[in-house]
Amino acid sequence: MTDANTELLQVDNLGKRFGGFVALENISLAVTAGERLGLIGPNGSGKSTLVNCICGTLRNEEGSVHFDGRKLDGLRAHQRTHLGLARSFQLPRPFVSLSLIDNIRIPRLYTVAARGHSHAASDVEERCAALLREVGLETKARQRPRDLTQVEMRKLELARAMASEPKLLMADEAMAGLTPSEVEDILALLVRLNEQGVTIILIEHIMRAVMSFSRRLVVLVSGRKIADGAPNEVMRDPEVERAYLGQ
Amino acid sequence: MRTPAFLVICLIVAAAVFATAVGVGNDYVFFAGYVVLQYVVLSTAWNILGGYCGYVNFGTAAFFALGAYSTVAIYKLIAVSELPHVVPIPVLMLIGGVVSGIVGFGMGYLTLRLRGAFFSIATLALAVVLETLVVNWDYVGGSRGAYVIRPEELPLIGNYIRYLFLMMLLLAVAAITIARLIEHSRLGYGFATIRDDELAAEASGVPTLRLKLIATTISGTLMGMAGAPFPYYIGFLQPDSTFALDYAVNSIAMPLIGGTTSWAGPLIGTLLLGTLQQIITVTISSAVNLLLVGCLLVLFVIVAPNGIVGLVHTYLQRKPEDFVGRRRVGADAAGSLS
Repeated sequence: MTDANTELLQVDNLGKRFGGFVALENISLAVTAGERLGLIGPNGSGKSTLVNCICGTLRNEEGSVHFDGRKLDGLRAHQRTHLGLARSFQLPRPFVSLSLIDNIRIPRLYTVAARGHSHAASDVEERCAALLREVGLETKARQRPRDLTQVEMRKLELARAMASEPKLLMADEAMAGLTPSEVEDILALLVRLNEQGVTIILIEHIMRAVMSFSRRLVVLVSGRKIADGAPNEVMRDPEVERAYLGQ
Repeated sequence: MRTPAFLVICLIVAAAVFATAVGVGNDYVFFAGYVVLQYVVLSTAWNILGGYCGYVNFGTAAFFALGAYSTVAIYKLIAVSELPHVVPIPVLMLIGGVVSGIVGFGMGYLTLRLRGAFFSIATLALAVVLETLVVNWDYVGGSRGAYVIRPEELPLIGNYIRYLFLMMLLLAVAAITIARLIEHSRLGYGFATIRDDELAAEASGVPTLRLKLIATTISGTLMGMAGAPFPYYIGFLQPDSTFALDYAVNSIAMPLIGGTTSWAGPLIGTLLLGTLQQIITVTISSAVNLLLVGCLLVLFVIVAPNGIVGLVHTYLQRKPEDFVGRRRVGADAAGSLS
């Protein structure tokens, strides 16, 4: 694990264009190991695009991304996952033909094992079961994702991201559409994960969740970063207010 | 079941099949059986890419023909040399396998960034391009075709067709064992994630492009190996019939009818459809073959989109893990065909 107070993720002047549309412009962002960062912004402001650029799902035309002291540009998504970057998708994308436990098994087999850790079959089995237990899905381990509710699907999505034992987890709207108590469940899970040393970037619309979770808040509007700082200060920022509430 | 045990069982079954065929005492059984076995290999090979990874390959004939024409090229080569005139079939299979494996890898590298129907169209194009090349390559007979003279008898085994049958039987055992090995390995899990969701697979650390290249290479190699003995079987090899669409259609239809997510699917589908085709060829006419395939395919897409294995799996739902159909059977592959 990286020492505290060193930069785990460093994004410099990142830019992404879709044809003539500028999705991200000149984004710079530094995330320290162990941080709990909230990333907010109105719909279409480029939050998910930023996650996609960091994770390698999309290629950024401008700027660069460093992670854990390594330059990520040009690396494919799975290579970034190997380095310790994990993300959950905004709309859950489970492996529909695999059982829940096998869904969790994939990152263990392909990421944790690839890092050279031992992966005795029983060990993998045990770890996968533990992860499912952590998100409360242990009783459905042998079922298929199609049998799950929306909430369970999001939990599975998180568990799968956690299964790769990441240094940095980006949770892309993991709580959209959940009831307040379910939001609490997921938040508690993320806090627990953070206490185990995982840096977390939370992308979220539910302000209550973001404010209670984040130690720092970054605001994106129309592909540009307009604020970065302590949550309460950021929320008082007139520009942020304007973006959220209008003039 | 461990792989060695599975292999032993397969070999015992193969020995029983061979003994039964010898017992019938009619060499036509070997001629008909050879074709069925050839399709066991082709459909199993197709299924490694099409069923496990969800990439529908319409170019089976291309890989099959590569194997066959490798044999013709070698036949022509040694015909003018001082070497002994008969090259053992396993050697020809290896050579044919290597050639089409390399082409499989190359095709994969060029086309695997395409998805769905676009990939399928590219594989179809490969067959057309290769056929054009062969038609214009005089050395292997060009459009006239090439004669390959089969030795009459072999010591121990007897008639040469028995030898061909036996070789294809062993290749079928090898193909099925490989398919099963993949299915239960890390590679098999990786293939399944590619079929389900490539973005999520990448995010989970699965190197999707590398895995797809492995699949196209294994699949291509096995198809080429199945094609290598074909000139000796048919005696006269001609581009038209070697690149026939039948190979592509059959090797897609057989896994779809049997079920695409386990090794048993292509086997069951081939035994059913392939045998039926042979019977119809003898009793009615060879032209009815494709009609039969079409009708069965329509029937299965409607009634049992997950194939026979899927049907049995649903029936045995009580103990799903013990049966071969570990995963949901590839409705995706069926979907992109219908």
